[in-house]
Amino acid sequence: MDKSMTGMGVRMADRLTSVIDIRGDVTAASEPALMAAYEEASRQGAQRLVLNFSRLEYMNSGGIGMLVTLLVRANRQHQPLAAYGLSDHYREIFELTRLDEAIGIYDDEQSALAG
Amino acid sequence: MSENPATEGGPSAAQAGRASVPRNAANWAMRVDRLTVDSGGGLNVAGRRLTGPVQGFGKMWRKTYWIELSPEISPRAVIATWKGHFGEFWPEASRFEGPLTSLSPGDVALLDVSVGGGVRLSTGVFVLYADEESFTLMTPQGHMFAGWITFSAERSGTVTVVQAQVLMRANDPLYELAMACGGHRKEDQFWIQTMTALAQCLGAAPAVVHTRTVCIDRRRQWGNAGQVWHNSMVRTMMHSATSTLARKRQPAPGPR
Repeated sequence: MDKSMTGMGVRMADRLTSVIDIRGDVTAASEPALMAAYEEASRQGAQRLVLNFSRLEYMNSGGIGMLVTLLVRANRQHQPLAAYGLSDHYREIFELTRLDEAIGIYDDEQSALAG
Repeated sequence: MSENPATEGGPSAAQAGRASVPRNAANWAMRVDRLTVDSGGGLNVAGRRLTGPVQGFGKMWRKTYWIELSPEISPRAVIATWKGHFGEFWPEASRFEGPLTSLSPGDVALLDVSVGGGVRLSTGVFVLYADEESFTLMTPQGHMFAGWITFSAERSGTVTVVQAQVLMRANDPLYELAMACGGHRKEDQFWIQTMTALAQCLGAAPAVVHTRTVCIDRRRQWGNAGQVWHNSMVRTMMHSATSTLARKRQPAPGPR
């Protein structure tokens, strides 16, 4: 199957919130990298997760499906999920697929952390 | 996995130009609030909102059906054939009324599906995404499930893998019950027949359809139980019953 061209980084932005920095392409093939990032964030004690999409280059429908899987896992652990850095195009895709009803969308990291 | 925070924040999308258009922008449908249907008909489709797995009611499932074909059949040829003749591969009792040419992002197609016991379901699907090696359909309110189906083909080692993957929740409690009472089996049969017909059309030897079903979320979303109001199966039955009644009440044409 496809080789993932995704890069993920995890950092604690404050005592309770982890930011997952996403770079490159997000497709179904990115699932292992994203789930590993999620697990690391959880190990760090994150009670809230923020996805940083400002370096996202490409996402297809497989990538959107993978975000749903991440959302389910986070919901199970009562970890709210937020996102920032989406371009206008991907913000519209979140609205079209109605993912924005479950993942809070913010303009920048500061608002996402405050939200 | 952890990286230097100083380098990771990077320029925000606003700074980098929020209007930047990704390379696959044309492959996505434009945003719609409610579906519109160009032709007449569109029972249970026109005016409906789209529903993803987040909005559904039942357990969330990821079902994958795949076949392996000769590498001589390219992924692009598979997807071009599938998009161009989508409804022709469906089992005989079901009907798909899509565009005359090929499925494109933003298209709405009407479905008339046999759900067994003489019961039919009139609904539709929306083409959410389409490129040369994959396409995704999303369902509207009232459809049996809330979610999307992605059809894809790719080279993997010495074969071309052709796949249909469904990410779904039953849309309401009635559908959840129906899925538990044979609906899942029926859906499996539907996609197995469809993929077998696709393989035959592509000139492949009888293909084995592999299936994998994973329950992603066992919880039911009771807050969405009210979606039963839009249930297209109930509405299709009511529509059929009232149409039949209206026809019976019409006086027979007299002699001229």
